[in-house]
Amino acid sequence: MTDDRTPPSDGRPGTPVRRRYRPQVGLDARPRATLPPVEADEAADSLEADEPADADDTGPAEADADDTGPAEADADDTGPADAERPRQRRRRTVTELLADVPEDAVIVARRLTKQYGDFTAVDRLNLTVRRGEVFGLLGPNGAGKTTTVLMLLGLTEPTRGVVRVVGLDPTREPLAVKRQVGYLPDNVGFYAGMTGRENLRYTARLNGIPRSEAEPWIDELLHEVRLGDAADKKAGTYSRGMRQRLGIADALVKRPTVLMLDEPTIAIDPSGVEELLLLLRRLVAERNLTVLLSSHILGQVQSLCDQVGFFSAGRLVAAGPLEELARGTDRTVELEVGIDGLPGAIDAVAKAVPGVLSVASHERDDRLRIVTASEDVAAPLALALSLAGLTLVHLRRRGADLLELYRRYVPEGLDGHAR
Amino acid sequence: MATPADTTRRVEAARRARRAERAPSGGWRTIAAKELTDHLESARFLILLVVIAIAAVVPLYLVSGDLTAQAPLLSGQPALFMALFVVGSNSAAGISTVTFVALLVPLVGIAFGFDGINSERSQGTLSRLLAQPIHRDDVVNGKFVAGIAVIAIMLAVLAVLVAAIGALRLGIAPSFEEVSRVVAWLVATVLYASFWLAFALLLSVVIRGAASAALVGFGGWLGLMVFGSLLLPLAANFLFPANTAGTADDYLASTVAGQLFLRVSPAVLYQDVVRAFMNPTTNNVLGVGNVGQYVSSQEQLPSLLSLDQSILIVWPQLVALVALTVAMFALAYVLFLRQEVRA
Repeated sequence: MTDDRTPPSDGRPGTPVRRRYRPQVGLDARPRATLPPVEADEAADSLEADEPADADDTGPAEADADDTGPAEADADDTGPADAERPRQRRRRTVTELLADVPEDAVIVARRLTKQYGDFTAVDRLNLTVRRGEVFGLLGPNGAGKTTTVLMLLGLTEPTRGVVRVVGLDPTREPLAVKRQVGYLPDNVGFYAGMTGRENLRYTARLNGIPRSEAEPWIDELLHEVRLGDAADKKAGTYSRGMRQRLGIADALVKRPTVLMLDEPTIAIDPSGVEELLLLLRRLVAERNLTVLLSSHILGQVQSLCDQVGFFSAGRLVAAGPLEELARGTDRTVELEVGIDGLPGAIDAVAKAVPGVLSVASHERDDRLRIVTASEDVAAPLALALSLAGLTLVHLRRRGADLLELYRRYVPEGLDGHAR
Repeated sequence: MATPADTTRRVEAARRARRAERAPSGGWRTIAAKELTDHLESARFLILLVVIAIAAVVPLYLVSGDLTAQAPLLSGQPALFMALFVVGSNSAAGISTVTFVALLVPLVGIAFGFDGINSERSQGTLSRLLAQPIHRDDVVNGKFVAGIAVIAIMLAVLAVLVAAIGALRLGIAPSFEEVSRVVAWLVATVLYASFWLAFALLLSVVIRGAASAALVGFGGWLGLMVFGSLLLPLAANFLFPANTAGTADDYLASTVAGQLFLRVSPAVLYQDVVRAFMNPTTNNVLGVGNVGQYVSSQEQLPSLLSLDQSILIVWPQLVALVALTVAMFALAYVLFLRQEVRA
């Protein structure tokens, strides 16, 4: 996955662009947009068989492309979206927009925009999720995550932009897409008067799966989400967590190749979340699923996702593998330093440590100082401080966890609603 | 070289391809089957069935005394079987099975439709349902078909009940012509109920809360029943004032306009159709247009019409009823297709 938009705080000139497009023999000449569903599937299959290590070595490259990505991103990325943004000079064709899409991309969005009247719910979103990846969409409530998922499924029509899921346009071939995509909606519900099993049976029938094939599969799924005992109770009696697990089973009934999970861990108790994540991880590994999940609960997603994207006010402000984002956009190390006493005493000591570039006050905590260095200077800094007779009470490298990344990329803050 | 995982994937790809061929394009059928099961198992079906059965059987029971008393006179009388449905008893304010059904059927139509879409939405099942490989219109189509089916089942049960009581208690055996008239009445009634069902579905699309949709639905029904027959002639009278000083033709023109306006109402259309279907002597459901027609209608000998003649008389009414139903359903359909899944 990659985001072709420049993160607001990002400046990393001179990073070489590594192209991630790799022509495949016999496939490169075919325009993706016209691939029929089965063919697309086969194509992806054969790709994978040929190059199992593909995802690994191209992963970081995508993140590098963040600021120097294809020309399309630069064209009008002149700042945050305002309502009176001048019309685009030239409308790009679909082929142009999809020119940089890697062959094994399963979910692709280019300049995807959704407007409700004057309000822009999703703003020129670029997204690529490759086969077998787990991608986490992070952002506060109302940032446009659900709208994005709905557009990817063809349940909502995009105002502008291009979407390809398993090589198909969900707006024009919704059925073919929905046949391959399992979806767990935000706040999933079931028919209260039917048992959990009956609910799944109904989904199987809607997918045209014959009963003989569906029954053992449903049994297996119910067992996997640990609803074996409750399977024949009315869904109306289920707890929220049980509904959520049934929702996962429901999304898997059609044996999808892609899973889209909207807030999958919401309202589940911590041990339940752990179990759910284990289940998802196992499913992803066993069935080679591509997963797009959205969440506003960070820690849960952290362990599961290969890639994350931060959503804020309809825009994907940063995306890439977690470590890449964590490393910081300018490849410097930031340390939070606190001493027993006034923090001002830190400044002179820290500046004397080799490698330290600057010392600044902390944004939120005036007892702390931020030391920016070209490398990790934690050990020499600690030594220098103690030699200077200062007692170190806090020393921590920033950017190492998701919460901070989130704070960095999502200015509204954790609980701030986008609007 | 094919690894086991590879093989599994290929098998699944093939399975998907097969499923694609099987094309659940009949998604509406799956939905209709599920909805129908839901309806038949629901408490509201049972309650409405009991209410309808009481409504049908009680007038018949009351009237059966009169019928047996007059049986010697009535034997040989044409269309005696029809009398079971249409004859009202003195002790029940002249209410017959047919009038009772006409009163209750809109209720049934609304009852099976008012929570069609909005309950899916509030239950959180709509987005899950629409994420399955079905067309979006399958949902509303399936629900409409299921509603019609359950209403048809209910009315058929009712008609059989009435006929059975007639046969067992009164010894009235129907002729083929009479049976086909009752069937025609059933079809017309289902059509009329479909109008209300489509109306209720429309409300379920537009109004988020099931309870408020039900209230608005019943309000609409009550309004049409009570005020329709008051307001529509009033409007006609406003446009074509009946001048007391005018000629008989003026007066008749005003009356005709009033009747025409009334026929905007599906209730009046249905009433016309029932009159023609259930009474073989009905040879004119429209008002007379001028003095000449009036005179000739007075001079006409009462005669029995065959069913096809009766159908011919109310053909415009039938077409209008179908058109109203289709328009109502089309509105619900279009609004549903244009609606956001989430909101």
